[in-house]
Amino acid sequence: MTDTAVRSGAAAKAAEGARTGPQPLTFAKALNTALADAMEADSSVIIFGEDVGPLGGVFRITDGLTARFGEERCFDTPLAESGIMGMAVGMAMNGMRPIVEMQFDAFAYPAFEQVVSHVAKMPNRTRGKVKLPLVMRIPYAGGIGGVEHHCDSSESYYAHTPGLTVLAPATVRDAYLMLREAIRFPDPVVFLEPKKLYWSKETLDLDELRKEADDAATTGSLVGRAVVARSGTDATLIAYGPSVPTALAAAEAAASEGRSLEVIDVRSIVPFDDETVTASVRKTGRAVVIAEAPGFASVAAEIVARVQERCFNSLAAPVRRVTGFDIPYPAPKLEHYFLPSVDRILDTVDELQWEDA
Amino acid sequence: MTISTGSSAENQYGESMKRADTSDLGPTAEEYMLPSAQPVQLVNPSGEHIHNDRYPLPDGEALLAAYEKLVVGRRINEQANALVRQGRMAVYPSSHGQEACQVAAAVVLEKDDWLFPTYRDTVAVITRGVDPLGVLTLLRGDWHSGYDPYEHKTATQATPLATQLLHAVGVAHAAKLRGENTVVLALCGDGATSEGDFHEALNFAAVFHVPVVFLVQNNEYAISVPLKHQTVAPSLAHKAIGYGMPGERVDGNDLAAMLSVLGKAVDRARDGGGPALVEAHTYRMQAHTNADDPSRYRPQSDVDEWVPKDPITRMRTYLGNLNLLTSEEEQRIAGAAEETAGTLRDGLNSEPEINPADLFEYVYTEKTSQLREQAALLADELAREGAQQ
Repeated sequence: MTDTAVRSGAAAKAAEGARTGPQPLTFAKALNTALADAMEADSSVIIFGEDVGPLGGVFRITDGLTARFGEERCFDTPLAESGIMGMAVGMAMNGMRPIVEMQFDAFAYPAFEQVVSHVAKMPNRTRGKVKLPLVMRIPYAGGIGGVEHHCDSSESYYAHTPGLTVLAPATVRDAYLMLREAIRFPDPVVFLEPKKLYWSKETLDLDELRKEADDAATTGSLVGRAVVARSGTDATLIAYGPSVPTALAAAEAAASEGRSLEVIDVRSIVPFDDETVTASVRKTGRAVVIAEAPGFASVAAEIVARVQERCFNSLAAPVRRVTGFDIPYPAPKLEHYFLPSVDRILDTVDELQWEDA
Repeated sequence: MTISTGSSAENQYGESMKRADTSDLGPTAEEYMLPSAQPVQLVNPSGEHIHNDRYPLPDGEALLAAYEKLVVGRRINEQANALVRQGRMAVYPSSHGQEACQVAAAVVLEKDDWLFPTYRDTVAVITRGVDPLGVLTLLRGDWHSGYDPYEHKTATQATPLATQLLHAVGVAHAAKLRGENTVVLALCGDGATSEGDFHEALNFAAVFHVPVVFLVQNNEYAISVPLKHQTVAPSLAHKAIGYGMPGERVDGNDLAAMLSVLGKAVDRARDGGGPALVEAHTYRMQAHTNADDPSRYRPQSDVDEWVPKDPITRMRTYLGNLNLLTSEEEQRIAGAAEETAGTLRDGLNSEPEINPADLFEYVYTEKTSQLREQAALLADELAREGAQQ
């Protein structure tokens, strides 16, 4: 396999069209490039799932990979998610770094037993003898007008399962860097790709990005590291994945009203970066957590609890949440009532006891 | 071990081409994928050899070596049951009566092949060469698995049903991509054939044409539920044709037949013939585990019917009649079995060293800050407890 599949760096450049310098890049293309670069760098990286071969995935994230690396390294499987996940476990046991694509968030549920009982537990069960360096990519969350079963925010299920690392990028830059890191990571990673951000764009220099990814391999990890997406002084908005742009829009609107909001992009749901989050909340004294998933027993609930436990003396108001309602994800024409909106975030910020009643 | 098929005219599926020779079309799918009309039996319960055109009898030396493992396996089951009664182990799912399946599953594999066992396959795992105390760690309760799967290419014993069959497919698939000559033998029981993962594993194995042999030990019960509530298929082996692979059924209490049928499937997989499904007809002579009460769901008379079909008795008769098994040899084998039992007793009677800090050690390669905090909390509790004593 290695002989035919591994090409030279020059060939990769040619395949990329030898573009250099900053250029507009979509979130989807950043992921696609990260996959290609990882396959180029390591012949044990293989990709499989439903429609990921010649079609390039329903969101085209694996576009061109079968043509470039051969059908032994990027291939379609029978339509069976538990089978996909279970086969990935065996491949990871036997020297491969499989990346599987679950077509949609809710279509990953048939793989749940494999994820919870084996992916998450195998290293612990074997006292670290068996590592499972695999990535489960899941296009997730809503805001795209998808029909039922195509818009779930399923992060809490995975975040609640010890042994899993759960990442959710919110920027094009992070999409590339975090996926490269997830593929290199020694433990299994659930990689949540916000569907509504697939077509968002940033102007980036791919060569710089590649250098940064290579540096990260030696200088430090993005896993477990949140980032301050916008600095502010009056209150902290804590968000991840699809809610980050909403939080940033809310902060922009608040600024025009004279209120300075800091926005934290969590990025790494598990492990969670308590340090960055608590430093911000201790500074601002107020916090709102924003997430699309239903709020009950959710990641947002966990963040609220952690902030409360660690920052109680710095808090001027209770930590609040703006989340999806505790209902099944709504039909397309109703989803805007459900999703955290700029207005709902600003209303909640207004309620953070700015003055004594 | 390799079992000669005694025929050079074989197609890619390892089947005799005799019938195909009379036709331009070759054998039909039905001809090579459907199982034999009756379970393959090479030595009957009376210890007599039954000739079979397709499955040759292993030679005497191979049978004698496997017989020794059979006797040791029975002793392991007995000793483990006793250790549960004495409170040295939490639980033991015995394979008493199924030892021919257990031994054959271990013996047909080469060193670099992989075995994927279940919780009832302790004897197979020990026969494969894994340290017996490491194997019983799961059931003693000091960790979830006590051996390094890479050392003897033996996966951890699966407690969820059929999930391990997919891991077997993945290991085989990776080996195939690297051009390695590995065969994977994956074990499950009759109840597990109802699970979705059984279906998905067989389908994936067939579609990707990977070298996995699936061995179903049909012991007729899934805890209390008899096979008739799992399936109304003509046999479990018949399911194979639905996935496009050959199925075979075999007398699971006949060590010779198990070795021959499994050996042939393994050889065929190694030669690039793809996966196969083997159904072994056997019987769970004892309770599901010590926590089970079989009198609630099956009469003792049913169990008694299987006593004369015991795998050890018939092989002892057969080998004795051929003068391959002398009384000195019997004594030596009994001694070997006692020695293994002694190892289990001594090992299980000593308290394992348990380090609570290990709880946090292997969840991730590098502890998260949350786990570091929790490990410190537990360490602090233990230090204070220690100070009080």
